[in-house]
Amino acid sequence: MVSTMNAPVLDLVPILPELILALGAMALLMYGVFTGDRSARTVTVGAIVLLVAAAVTVMLIGGTPRSAFNGSFLLDGFARFMKVLAFLGAAVALVLSQDFLRRERIEKFEFPILILLSTTGMGVLISAGDLIALYMGLELMSLALYVIASIHRDNAKSTEAGLKYFVLGALSSGMLLYGCSLIYGFTGTVQLAGIAAALKAGPISLGLVFGLVFLIAGMAFKVSAVPFHMWTPDVYEGAPSPVTAFFAAAPKVAAIAIFARVLVTGFPAATQQWQQIVVFVSVGSMLLGAFAAIGQTNIKRLMAYSSIGHMGFALVGLAAGTAAGVQGVAAYIAIYMIMTLGTFACIIAMRRGDEAVETIDDLAGLSRTNPLMAAALAALLFSLAGIPPLAGFFAKWYVFSAAIEAKLYTLAVIGVLSSVVGCYYYLRIVKLMYFDEPAPAFSPVRIELKTVLVASALFNTLFVIYPAPLVAAAAAAARALF
Amino acid sequence: MSNAPILSIITFLPLLGAALILMVRGDDEAAKRNIRMIALFATLVTFGLSLIPVWLFNPATAEFQFVERAAWLGGVISYRMGVDGISLPLVILTTFLMPFCILASWVSIEKRVKEYMIAFLVLETLMIGVFCALDIVLFYLFFEAGLIPMFLIIGIWGGKRRVYAAYKFFLYTLLGSVLMLLAIMAMIFAAGTSDIAELIKTGPQIFSRDMQFWLWLAFFASFAVKMPMWPVHTWLPDAHVEAPTAGSVILAGVLLKMGGYGFLRFSLPMFPEASAFFAPFVFTLSVIAIIYTSLVALMQEDIKKLIAYSSVAHMGFVTMGIFAGNAEGIQGAVFQMISHGIVSGALFLCVGVVYDRMHTREIAAYGGLVNRMPIYAVIFMVFTMANVGLPGTSGFVGEFLTLMGTFKSSTIAAFLATTGVILSAGYALWLYRQVVWGELTKPSLKGIADVDRRELTILVPLVVLTIFFGVYPRPILATSEVAVNALVESYKQANGAARTAAAVPPR
Repeated sequence: MVSTMNAPVLDLVPILPELILALGAMALLMYGVFTGDRSARTVTVGAIVLLVAAAVTVMLIGGTPRSAFNGSFLLDGFARFMKVLAFLGAAVALVLSQDFLRRERIEKFEFPILILLSTTGMGVLISAGDLIALYMGLELMSLALYVIASIHRDNAKSTEAGLKYFVLGALSSGMLLYGCSLIYGFTGTVQLAGIAAALKAGPISLGLVFGLVFLIAGMAFKVSAVPFHMWTPDVYEGAPSPVTAFFAAAPKVAAIAIFARVLVTGFPAATQQWQQIVVFVSVGSMLLGAFAAIGQTNIKRLMAYSSIGHMGFALVGLAAGTAAGVQGVAAYIAIYMIMTLGTFACIIAMRRGDEAVETIDDLAGLSRTNPLMAAALAALLFSLAGIPPLAGFFAKWYVFSAAIEAKLYTLAVIGVLSSVVGCYYYLRIVKLMYFDEPAPAFSPVRIELKTVLVASALFNTLFVIYPAPLVAAAAAAARALF
Repeated sequence: MSNAPILSIITFLPLLGAALILMVRGDDEAAKRNIRMIALFATLVTFGLSLIPVWLFNPATAEFQFVERAAWLGGVISYRMGVDGISLPLVILTTFLMPFCILASWVSIEKRVKEYMIAFLVLETLMIGVFCALDIVLFYLFFEAGLIPMFLIIGIWGGKRRVYAAYKFFLYTLLGSVLMLLAIMAMIFAAGTSDIAELIKTGPQIFSRDMQFWLWLAFFASFAVKMPMWPVHTWLPDAHVEAPTAGSVILAGVLLKMGGYGFLRFSLPMFPEASAFFAPFVFTLSVIAIIYTSLVALMQEDIKKLIAYSSVAHMGFVTMGIFAGNAEGIQGAVFQMISHGIVSGALFLCVGVVYDRMHTREIAAYGGLVNRMPIYAVIFMVFTMANVGLPGTSGFVGEFLTLMGTFKSSTIAAFLATTGVILSAGYALWLYRQVVWGELTKPSLKGIADVDRRELTILVPLVVLTIFFGVYPRPILATSEVAVNALVESYKQANGAARTAAAVPPR
């Protein structure tokens, strides 16, 4: 009795953002169930409000790192940075989705709720302080993702995408879980801090390395890094465009965040071991992303390979294994997310009459039919290609300079060379838009799509003038892990 | 006045012009006219303002002048601007050529005038930025960003194979510069600073011989492509042929100079030992460039392609002069860059004049122009002679100085390069003969008109300058003299120190 009196009161403040999301999702679900599909609009707006509220809450719970549930849940500077990104990314994806889903007649109130639940999972995942929380967050995130991949259930491609994603995702979860159990077996703890301490105490056993490999495989699947990338092009192409936009943004942030957190805080003593794997995965992703995208004609598929490549670049920073490297990862993923959401705003806006079109040839001559959209997309593409002075260049700058600092010269050289190859397919779209004769014009672009597109393009062009805030925030996030 | 950030104003003023053009509405003739006027006005004001640093410039010091500093990326990387005797002439060259480019595009660019002028003004900002940047990251930013507007200029307003040429230009130059990017990162980590002035002072000591070796190669990859040096010059003829006239002018006049400027600003002062080590290699490539591309130029059927190859040959003199590592060679290289900027720009403008009338660049399509276009024939002759390097034109001074510098450093290279002078007379005079002299037999040329007032306004100042600098090269040489001497001094010192260190056997 006495002991319960003295036990610290459960501190719920760290999980407040997730509570807001989870409880809000439940409330909206109730509302949706009782009002039916016509409530979709209200539920979407509610979900956007909740996501923004959660992001604001994260920012408001400032100051010292906090933890809950005996260290299973951490809210440090790193988690704060990534959560704000993931929540806002999800909110923007919802903004992009509304009109598209209505026009495709797949507007369902479950969609925003699933996004909310998935985002809750991301919050848990980003904050995971032990392997159990990691698994829980990962599954919560992924299960919702599987469902929304096939939200267009009358469409064969969409259902195929969902099924494929589910089967491969389940496989990767299995591998991850197996890795976790091996790590637990060899270290006797599931807490990341405990694992780090156990590794420091003794030599690194082969079994543990095995576990680490499986763990990394599971996480590499979620960031869609080579060789676990196979699902990405099909899912990106099959899922409705706003869903793809969501997939390309928020879950990537969460996955790369946990990737960095697990390796940096859980296995600092085994850096040598995991560095090799990350280098391999990173090189593979960069090369595949660069070369495989060249032949694509569907813009969503192209973006899938592009995102594989970009994850490779982000992992370059992680491979460095230093604070500068993690800062690079954080800055990279933030800039990447903004670029991607802008690009997808443009992809979603590609409609002719009442039909969505998605081959890159449809963009031909866009600079004549819609100069604003073309200019914004061109800025984003050059940014994705990493050409200065756009933001994408600085993203690459930070990860590569971390790699150079860590003396990973070969990795850096392969990286920049593959970025030149990657340039080719981004240029191809610019060429279509600016050099070629116009295809029929698109239907007028909705205001919210235009806003997201222009805002994202402006961010990318103007970043060079005042880069300090994002760079400082990323640096603060990276410091939290070291 | 002395506290005003004059270099930043010059650099970003064209951008302001671009913003103004962006606000012009409409697509009719009046709007197009307004756009052209704004662009012309912006470039003229920029040129006018760029004369202020010339006025206030102190040629007696090798230090950077008009230095500006502001916080930017955080850490060691900040926004720094400044010029010295080497970069100032190039800044002026840029601001000087821009109004001509705008004028040259006055009637020949009919479609998408707005985008065209914006692209050019943005490009001007980036080019001036390259020569003014005193932070190595900022330099890279300007250096690389220039690819975007140039890609669009070639790709949108270019000739038949414009897409191919635009891609080739972009990817070639990008491939060269990404390696430099990694080298820049490595330098920042080794030296703990990204300040170019600081790196010039301390670089040679901080970077070990091995490191210099790699850094030099990485920078070389970028600048050699940009220059362009044989064998990585193949993007240039394609880009030149397909680009619109003004694009060619800027490409030949300014963009190619970035490579030479890079060698002078980075390779030579920061990696002196590696530069000395690689100098024979550079001489070899330069001599091949001079002889081989001159021979190739002899075989061309396209006027622009011929001039493009002659540019490669002339740039060979520049690289040779730079790596001669003595005052004559480097002074000559700086002068040659300016002179070539004016002369090759003017030659492309001359081609533009007849291209606008006949819409072909084939040499065979012309002949006997002198009968219908006497003024044109005179102007074209001046530039042809300058291209050949006839004494009395600016082309002579640069070639002579670089050859003299090279002769001191490597007699055989200078000997072989001199044959290039003869070859250049061969192709340039041949071109002139084919296009201008002879009977006017082609019926299509019967009605061709001589240069009009606008074209005269463009060409006459260039003629005057070509002859002026040929007779009195002092203004340019005096500006760069002290900076070049300081560079040569530190270069010799670093290599002298290295040699004595190598000569004394370790005990």
